[in-house]
Parts: sequence; C-alpha cells; structure tokens
Amino acid sequence: MTFTPTELEVEGAAGGEAVREGAAAPPARGRHLVRAFLRDRAAVACSVYILLIVLTALAAPLLVKLSGYGPLEFDQDAVDPNLGGIPLGAAGGMGADHWFGVEPGNGRDIFARIVYGARVSMLIAISATVLTGVLGVVFGLVAGYFGGRVDMVVSRVMEFLMAFPALIFMIAVLSALPAENRQVLLVLVISFFGWPYLARIVRGQTMSLKEREFVEAAKASGATSAQIIFKEILPNLTSTIIVMTTLAVPGYVGTEAGLSFLGVGVVPPTPSWGQMIASSVPWYAVDPAYFLIPGSFLFLLVLSFTVLGDRIRKLLGEGAA
Amino acid sequence: MIRFVANRVLGMLVVLFLVCLFTFVIFFVLSPDPAVQICGKNCTPEAIDRIRANLGVDRPFWTQFGTFLAGLFAGRTYGTGANAIECAAPCLGYSFQSSQAVTDMIVQRLPVSATVAVGAAVLWLLAGVAGGLLSAVREGKFADRFIAGLTLTGMSIPNYVLALSLQFVLVVTLGWLPFPQAVPFSEDPLQWFQNFLMPWIVLAIGMAAVYTRLTRANVIETLQENYVRTARAKGLSPGLVWRRHALRPALTPIVTIFGMDFAGLLGGALITETVFGLNGIGKMAADSITKNDQPVIMGVTLLAAFLVVVGNMVVDLLYTAIDPRVRVGSTA
Repeated sequence: MTFTPTELEVEGAAGGEAVREGAAAPPARGRHLVRAFLRDRAAVACSVYILLIVLTALAAPLLVKLSGYGPLEFDQDAVDPNLGGIPLGAAGGMGADHWFGVEPGNGRDIFARIVYGARVSMLIAISATVLTGVLGVVFGLVAGYFGGRVDMVVSRVMEFLMAFPALIFMIAVLSALPAENRQVLLVLVISFFGWPYLARIVRGQTMSLKEREFVEAAKASGATSAQIIFKEILPNLTSTIIVMTTLAVPGYVGTEAGLSFLGVGVVPPTPSWGQMIASSVPWYAVDPAYFLIPGSFLFLLVLSFTVLGDRIRKLLGEGAA
Repeated sequence: MIRFVANRVLGMLVVLFLVCLFTFVIFFVLSPDPAVQICGKNCTPEAIDRIRANLGVDRPFWTQFGTFLAGLFAGRTYGTGANAIECAAPCLGYSFQSSQAVTDMIVQRLPVSATVAVGAAVLWLLAGVAGGLLSAVREGKFADRFIAGLTLTGMSIPNYVLALSLQFVLVVTLGWLPFPQAVPFSEDPLQWFQNFLMPWIVLAIGMAAVYTRLTRANVIETLQENYVRTARAKGLSPGLVWRRHALRPALTPIVTIFGMDFAGLLGGALITETVFGLNGIGKMAADSITKNDQPVIMGVTLLAAFLVVVGNMVVDLLYTAIDPRVRVGSTA
C-alpha cells in the first residue's frame, strides 16, 4: 500500500552510493529480450491481464452499453427490500441481466462499476507514474550531474519527503482539501511523495556515469550540459527507469484504492475499486460476492504489475543480487 | 562522532518543525472554518466570532502557529476569564467532536496500537528472516521459487482485502475464530489473543514478504564476498562460515530497515485497525477523517511524523554503531 522498497532502493539507503555499474549477468538485448520475455509464462499472463484491464478502461462506455446498465443506474427490482436490500438470486444477483451481480441496497450494476472503476484506477496510476517518472528523472539527473549546492538542496528535499509518514499525510491533506477534482489531487499528492524514490536511484547512477570516458569525450568535444545529460547519460539510464517505474505502478494502484477505501480518495458516485471494497464491508457476511469481485480485480492488478516489474528487472539485469 | 550526532539531531528538529508548519498550513489555512463546524445549526454571527476568539483562529497565521508550537512544549490556555481551559504540554488541542484533549485520546489508545504493532513486528521479522534464509540456502531450488511466489503474492495483496478475506474465511465461514470483542488480556487471554491474531497477520504479511526478499538478496550477496571465500578456503565448516561471516553483515541492513518500518507502522495500522474495529490510534484517525475532526487528524499526523523522524535518527545512529564499514563522514 505504501511504496514498497525494492532491492535497488535499499542499496541506496543502506550503503550510500552502492549502485553497481553493470550487473552480474549480461543483460539481454533487442529481439533476444522480447523472446526471453515471451518465454516467461508468468510475465505474459500478467501483461495480458494488465492489457485486458486497460482495454476495459478504454472501452468502458461501450461495454456498459453491451451489458445494459450504467454505473450510476439504480435497479430496485434486483434487490429484495424485505431483506434489507440483499440482491435477489444467487451469488449477489449474478446472472444474464447483471453479469457480476448488483450492489446490495440500491441495486447498482457491479459490472458497470468495475469497468468504470478500472478507468479511474488506471488513469490515476498511469498519470502518477508519468508525473513521478518525469520529476524523479529530472531531479535525479540534475542533482547527480551538477552536484554541489544543487545536489544538496535536492537531496535534502528528498530526505525530507521520504522521512514523512506519506500515507497518513496524504490522508490528512486529502481530508482537508475540498472534494472537487479529487482525481487530479490524488495524482498530485501521490506524485509529490513518490518521486524521491526514483530520483535517488537516478542521482546515484548519474554520479557514477558522469565520471565515465564517453561523458568526458563529449565534454571535450564541446557538448553543452543539456546535451550531455539528455544525449549521453539519459540513454544509459533507460533500463533503470523502466524497472523503477514498473515497480512503482502497483504501489500507486494500491495507494489510490487504499485512499478511496478510507473515504478520502475518489468521491462517490464516481466508482473506484477501493471505494467499492469499503462499501462492501457491512455486507460481506451476507453478500460476499460484493466484496470478492472488486477485491479480486484489485489484487490481480497489483499482483500483475508487481510480477511484471520483477520479471523485467531480472531480464534487464538491474539489481541482479 | 559528537558532531555527527549533533548534526543528526539538528536535522531531525528541522524536519519536525517543517512537518508542523506543513500540517498547520494545510489544516488552518486550506480547510473550512472550524468555528462554523462547531457552532452547528442554530448559529449566529456573534457565536461564530466568540468561538473563533476562543480557538484563537481570528488571529494572524504566525501568531496562531506560534501559540500552537508553544502549546506543544509549554501548554496553552483556551479562552479567557472563567471559561478558560488549561491545556497542559504537549497540547494538541481539543477534539471538535468529543471535546476531549487530543493528547489524552492518543494516550488512551496507545496500548491497543502498541500491541498490534509489536505483535506484527515480531511476526514479520521472524517470518521474513526465516523465509529469506531458507530461500538463500536453497537458491534456485523449488523452495526458493515457492517462497518467491509467496512473497510476490504477499506484497501485492492490499491489506484491507486480506483483512476482509481472512475475516470472511476464518470467522464467518469456518468459525475458527470468534467475532472480535474488546476484552482486556487479564479477563480472557484466549479471546484477547484471538482478537489480535488477524490484525497481526494482516499487518505482518506485506512486510514479511519484503523482508524475505531483502534477507535473501543480502545473504546471497554476502556469500559472494571475498572474505567468505577466504573463510571457506581456510577450511571452516559451512555452519561456522554462515554464523560468523555471512549472517552478521547480511542481517545488519535488516535491523536498519526494521527500525524505520516499525516507526512507520501507524500508517498501515490505520486500515487494519479500522477493518477489525480495534480501538487504537489508527481507527481514531480514520474516524476523525470521516467527521472532519481537524485537531485529531493533525495530532495523529504529527505523532506519526515524530515517530518516523525519531525512528530514522535512532536507526542512523545505531547503524554507525553496528556496522564499522559506514564511515561517519559519508553519511552526513
């Protein structure tokens, strides 16, 4: 739920500049890489699931048209008012009419809410990933390349942000701020606390890369700092950045869902998986399907991203230990 | 060394000050007027002014912040004359909902939170180190791959999903555990233990997974060090090599991370305590969020920040003490 430390980060935390140049196993390249990836059944399965969710999110309005119920439509005929609103029929009212059943109480279609919830989850997680990626890479590069006072300021800010109890603080901030534009706020708050974890690694690697011969050669041939940073150093950081960002996505998905679960995330009636799980709590003994469906979707999504990040790291030979 | 410690303490105070300022700005500048909220339905402009004056929110920002900081260290007085309320240090203000002092509320709920935290910490440390060692010994074999699968699952399952699933399976379906009821340890130790069992497991699983991976990576890395090869070449028994040469350097980083994670537990406890209905600090925070009870949220935020910052510092100092390889100069 918080940002899970990876081995890469821990090295930085424990041993200072312990970022190793070139990992033990020679990293696979190009077509060979794709083939190695496709041979890994777990990685393929995870990618397929993630792709499925992304497509679901994109095609949400279409899918809802197919299933016949929108995410905000109440269907009082699908619940039993005499039993306090428990869905009619087995397994939470699943059937040809409502594919995943309905919410107890108001009879909203769970399939539609899952589909639209995927939209919210993916949108927030991807936006947060892009934003933290940009912030982390830029600050990490700048701090690592220029060193000195710039590095000191950036490093202090990073230390400060990482020393913060991020989850509690996010909750505090979100509960204090007004509820409009909650999704934008969520992205901003998650990114604000998320970028130092990438920046720290990028900084460390930049510091060792800038001492290498090819950078010196570029400098001698009159390249500007910007050219060196973006043309010489950045391409060498690609695999690190890919690994770190893939590993960060599940954290963001989980954080968004957790914040929504606690009631400070996505505001109803906009559906979100975390929020659905939260509202299933009073019902889980009588209508377990209401909890199990969003719970499984969320768990599988986080798991897929985690496994995928793990596999990509192994493939690219980052932090091989 | 003394300079290093002094530097660290100073840095910690700066961070804490910034945390206070940050939190204060957010709650007292951005959020809606607390006086309106306290005043309720039958409110007159005069009543609002009176409450504002009592709370001190009619004064300029820096004065308010100064009073708040002073309240933390020396206590403060709310209101004037006969209505004055004395709030002893460390004063975090009064709950808008129950009018209790926030400090008292935290102290009352501390035992429950501490029980949850300590139990979970013991569990995850044992499971994580044991799992990591087993994986490292059987590197590449079935046990290693099995544990790797478990850790990925453990890292991925959101703790509230796990909490609800456990509760559904163990309590509702199988009936192995009774429905949680608040009982003190002295009255019914069995029920007390059963109450805390699920929160411990839920809080520990994600951490145990991370610790397993860390331990495994550290041990495997240490075993490749030159001094371990030397020890082996000298003909030491494998057991001795492990105990004397591999374990200590491999487990030192675990100690460091453990300190930080333990100090940061309050965040995870928020969800766990809420799901299991344990009346700890986390649940108090969650409740105060839904009721928009600002002084309580702020008090818990500050407490959490304090724990994390102090935890980090203690760990830093401990680390230089345990591991002679860390040079003081390079850590600053």
